[in-house]
Amino acid sequence: MSLQSKLESGKFAISCEFGPLKGTDTTEIKENIEVLKGKVDAANVTDQQSSVMRLGSLVTSYLAVAGGLEPIFQMTCRDRNRIALQSDLLSAWVLGIKNVLALTGDLPQLGDHPQAKAVFDLDSVTLLKAISRLNEGYDLAGNELAGKPAFYAGAVVKVESNTEASTELQIAKMERKIAAGARFFQTQAVYDAKSFGKFMKRVDKYKVPVMAGIIPLKNAGMARYMNANVAGVVVPDDIIQKMADAPKEDREKTGIQIAADLIRQMKPMCQGVHIMAIGWEKKVPAIIQAAGL
Amino acid sequence: MILSEPKPLEEVLGYLEGEKSVFILGCNGCAQSSGSGGPEQVAEMKTKLEAAGKKVTGTKVIDFLCEKALVKSGLRGKVNEVKAADSILVMTCGIGIQAVAAAVNKVCHPACNTVNLGGSRGEWPGSERCYECGQCLLDYTGGICPLTACTKSLVSGACGGANNGKCELSPDKDCGWELIYNRLKARGQLDKLKVALDPLDHNKLAARPEMLATSRYALENHDQEVKA
Repeated sequence: MSLQSKLESGKFAISCEFGPLKGTDTTEIKENIEVLKGKVDAANVTDQQSSVMRLGSLVTSYLAVAGGLEPIFQMTCRDRNRIALQSDLLSAWVLGIKNVLALTGDLPQLGDHPQAKAVFDLDSVTLLKAISRLNEGYDLAGNELAGKPAFYAGAVVKVESNTEASTELQIAKMERKIAAGARFFQTQAVYDAKSFGKFMKRVDKYKVPVMAGIIPLKNAGMARYMNANVAGVVVPDDIIQKMADAPKEDREKTGIQIAADLIRQMKPMCQGVHIMAIGWEKKVPAIIQAAGL
Repeated sequence: MILSEPKPLEEVLGYLEGEKSVFILGCNGCAQSSGSGGPEQVAEMKTKLEAAGKKVTGTKVIDFLCEKALVKSGLRGKVNEVKAADSILVMTCGIGIQAVAAAVNKVCHPACNTVNLGGSRGEWPGSERCYECGQCLLDYTGGICPLTACTKSLVSGACGGANNGKCELSPDKDCGWELIYNRLKARGQLDKLKVALDPLDHNKLAARPEMLATSRYALENHDQEVKA
């Protein structure tokens, strides 16, 4: 069953993500595809994540299609103008890619080519609008297409914000994204089911499926790092303590268990889960199993 | 106001390699305010270049180098000194350097880098910056420009990168969209956040040809060139 039919029929969906590497060696990509297919409904393919130059998400998404794993083609607006974005969308459809996740993208200054020109000709909302226009058979300039796609477009939203303005802007932008054509959402990593529940209460009214973001912890240091440096990620102290208390040989098990517990707690509140394993892609099946999905 | 800063001396000396003499030109406008090309910096440069073995045939500080007519009239008394030099070292912004290079038939070297002010031209405002986008969005954003206040120039609202109200680029930079939100809230205009704006028309961000054709433009083109 496709991600779209699963979410649209109200079934709980599982997605994860994997990223292309720097270079032309696709061994690990193919291994990840083998491990993940049949275990998740779809897998995000990241687009030059953290503004670090790598193999492209379009071709890696195609490798997933060819390998029997449904991809969610991530697209940021950092590196391409509206001509290239629309063209790559048409290419993606021709290659059998059906899901697109529209993102604004990180700043180049944060990646490994800080000298690069940031494009941001479109942003996440206007990219969604472009996808909707293509689905209708037109490009952004209003020209008619010969053959049109039928993309299932998604977007992201941040659950935790540390200012009122940021919280409200996230909700306002979620509304704008829905108006522009977002049909499902994946969230930034969540570690507190209660605050996720509060967020879901506010956005339930939109009736758009939300997949809760999960990043399994590898150690306490990773949790502290994210708290200090990653906007919208708040790992509570008791979880950090659990990781710190775990003996080295049990850390992996503890990290997986915490992720599985969070999934169990949040499952009744949302429509799916999105596991961002960050290097632990091959452990995703273990997390799913531990969560009883 | 256009902000410029001095290039490293080694870079300037590299430009002058193979040349024996130079005429130094400074600007009493923005470059003087920038501390990069006023009388003081021109005198310092003269000392440094002489110490490096260059013959400085003369110096002049003109207000303003961005005006080609003023460049020409300002150099009238210095024609022989300019003529005697292998080149002119211009200590001002990119506009001034180009204006001198256009007005005087002589090799012109830049002594400054021009610092991007994010859109301001010809005045010294406070923290506000205009992108000169030709499609003003201020009505939707509480009078705070999203193109200059937001690092990504986003028109559809904040990205997810802000932390404690600061931009992901630097903890010293406010998130432009949080400023916009707070302003809209204070003015009772939060509904503006629901308006879906079109992507920018970048065609309007380029200066139209007629914008360059001012009365000064006509003057410059009819004035006599300094014969150097």
